[in-house]
Amino acid sequence: MRFVDEFRSGELARKLRRELEGLVEPGRTLKLMEVCGGHTHTIYRHGLEDLVPAEIDYVHGPGCPVCVIPMGRVDDAIALAERPEVIFTTFGDMMRVPGGRGSLLEAKARGADVRMVYSPLDALELARRNPDRQVVFFAIGFETTAPATAVTLLRARAERIGNFSAFCNHVTIAPPLRAILDSPGLRLDGFIAPGHVSTVIGTGAYQFIARDYRKPVVVTAFEPIDILHATVMLVRQLREGRCVVENQYTRVVRPEGNPRAIAAIAETMELRDTFEWRGLGWIESSALRVRPAFAEWDAEVRFALPGGRIEDPKACQCGEVLIGAIKPWECRVFGTACTPERPIGTCMVSSEGACAAYYNYGRRNRVPA
Amino acid sequence: MRRRPRLRDELVTLAHGAGGKATRALVEGLFLEELGNPLLAPLSDSAVLSTNGGGRLAFTTDSYVVKPLVFPGGDIGELAVNGTVNDLAVVGAHPLALSAGFVIEEGFPVGELRRLAASMARAARTAGVPVAAGDTKVVERGKADGLYVTTAGVGFVASDVELGPERVRPGDRVLVSGTLGDHGLAVLIARGELDLEVDLESDTASVHELASALLELGGALRFMRDPTRGGLATTLNELAEAAGFSVALDETALPVRAEVAGACELLGIDPLYVANEGKLVAIVAPEAADAALAALRAHPLGRDAAIVGEVRDDPDALVLLETALGGTRIVDMLVGDPLPRIC
Repeated sequence: MRFVDEFRSGELARKLRRELEGLVEPGRTLKLMEVCGGHTHTIYRHGLEDLVPAEIDYVHGPGCPVCVIPMGRVDDAIALAERPEVIFTTFGDMMRVPGGRGSLLEAKARGADVRMVYSPLDALELARRNPDRQVVFFAIGFETTAPATAVTLLRARAERIGNFSAFCNHVTIAPPLRAILDSPGLRLDGFIAPGHVSTVIGTGAYQFIARDYRKPVVVTAFEPIDILHATVMLVRQLREGRCVVENQYTRVVRPEGNPRAIAAIAETMELRDTFEWRGLGWIESSALRVRPAFAEWDAEVRFALPGGRIEDPKACQCGEVLIGAIKPWECRVFGTACTPERPIGTCMVSSEGACAAYYNYGRRNRVPA
Repeated sequence: MRRRPRLRDELVTLAHGAGGKATRALVEGLFLEELGNPLLAPLSDSAVLSTNGGGRLAFTTDSYVVKPLVFPGGDIGELAVNGTVNDLAVVGAHPLALSAGFVIEEGFPVGELRRLAASMARAARTAGVPVAAGDTKVVERGKADGLYVTTAGVGFVASDVELGPERVRPGDRVLVSGTLGDHGLAVLIARGELDLEVDLESDTASVHELASALLELGGALRFMRDPTRGGLATTLNELAEAAGFSVALDETALPVRAEVAGACELLGIDPLYVANEGKLVAIVAPEAADAALAALRAHPLGRDAAIVGEVRDDPDALVLLETALGGTRIVDMLVGDPLPRIC
């Protein structure tokens, strides 16, 4: 496959490994957090941990949008889906996420009209074709997917489509990173920052990590060679005692991001005072809601939601996995009570979740956190 | 010995139909518990029965609920013949006869039904097997999504054919007869829900001639399967478990069409988990691997055949993938349901 195979070349990988071997200090472990679930997926899918020197330890961060949705919001989604007038649309990954009352997949088996879509625009099209039904889109994700929801809201208003609404759960990437950096006892040496989010928000959004917390950051694309390249860039910064935000994903990411996408988000959504993150708890100014000007297309305004809060299951250690305190397999329910077929925690649900990636692709040589 | 999976769900979900772990839990945790007997227990593609005269018959059945009924490269009629012929062929049987049951929805156009029946007849002629028995039922509008077809098949197993996971040995080679994932992707894209235009056809075909060619290898041919729902990954996991050895795949050797690889990349699907309907997987003794590859490639359906891995003496019974990059990862069975109702 052209333009992909080049970024998966074994020859290039070996070259980068040799470079890394020359850069690391034998015996001194460097903990690098890949923030984005897409990176976690790539690391496991291509077996990158087998390739890098033993001194490099990838820690899997909070950037899996499915993994951070709290159970109460899943129950709200199920309550919406169970309304007889509603066609509830969602990305496929959210179907199996367990709430307090099971998952959307189980709600569908009980008779709820739940449909998988690849884009909110597909949900809008469903609304056009089913004028006698209410189509609700389960909007999740970071600044990566928020622009698509924003554009859909703008289009719904422009076309006066009255039977479409979004159940907004969009979150922002910087606040959880700050929360992780503020958590006591944390030992991280650098950050592999997300590529797709950065196409929207730009590289400037991570300056605080380098400036206030003195940790190097490299904005990184999603192919295995990209991640190896970023690893070299991070280790070189550490070696040279530098601490800046660098951009490995120059083929797409601009320092200022995508101003049109940012403007679309700003026009349709605003920051919530606070939002609950699965495993991380409540984080101020970390999520978006639909602006009052678009209340007509806001599922939280249009429908009464239970709005209940559900404690994460006691046995679940997703929170510790998400801050890199433990490796997925060190969780007490990993692979026993919690598996991709019957997940307890959300990190086990999405293929981008650290636990599912570990379980599905898992390495056989396990090194503790 | 592996524990039998338990069925802990209260309701059947689409995941139970995907061919992966949930399907296994349904089959082993419910049907095998209730219906279990020595013929059913191996859960192979066909049961092999001994007759009074000392001969052996292979017996199998399969239902087809594919949506849409017609897709690039095939339709439900052709699929229903090929799928059942293949289940017979991979246990080393020569197909003798099929049955076909039709559940038809009220209001279904007769012209379309005739076209599908004609397509079924063409596939049966190609495979050299008659549809010898049949049944029709009609249900109310909205109850059967047009048409469901169930076929069953019997075949004759020659006396010198001995295939089974227990015959697999470390060092044996893993062969696939062609490109992976064509059927599942072609059907998914034919639904038109994705706004993707990909020039791709289902691979639906009878693999009985490929199987016959491999049977010429005699005892060097250990075992065959057809990697349908759940894809090559799920088939090899079942094999690894049944044989008690691990299987190591070489990512660079896996034959995948560029169109399939590209669409999978876009959709976040792994071609290893996508269904095939005209392919077989064969486990062959190492010294016969080149001859097996040549035999497959000599047939038009096997021209993209490849040796993709080997059996390893490792009691963990895992499927491992050695990536193009030089890393190794575990390839588990399919979990969840990326593509419902593709066959």
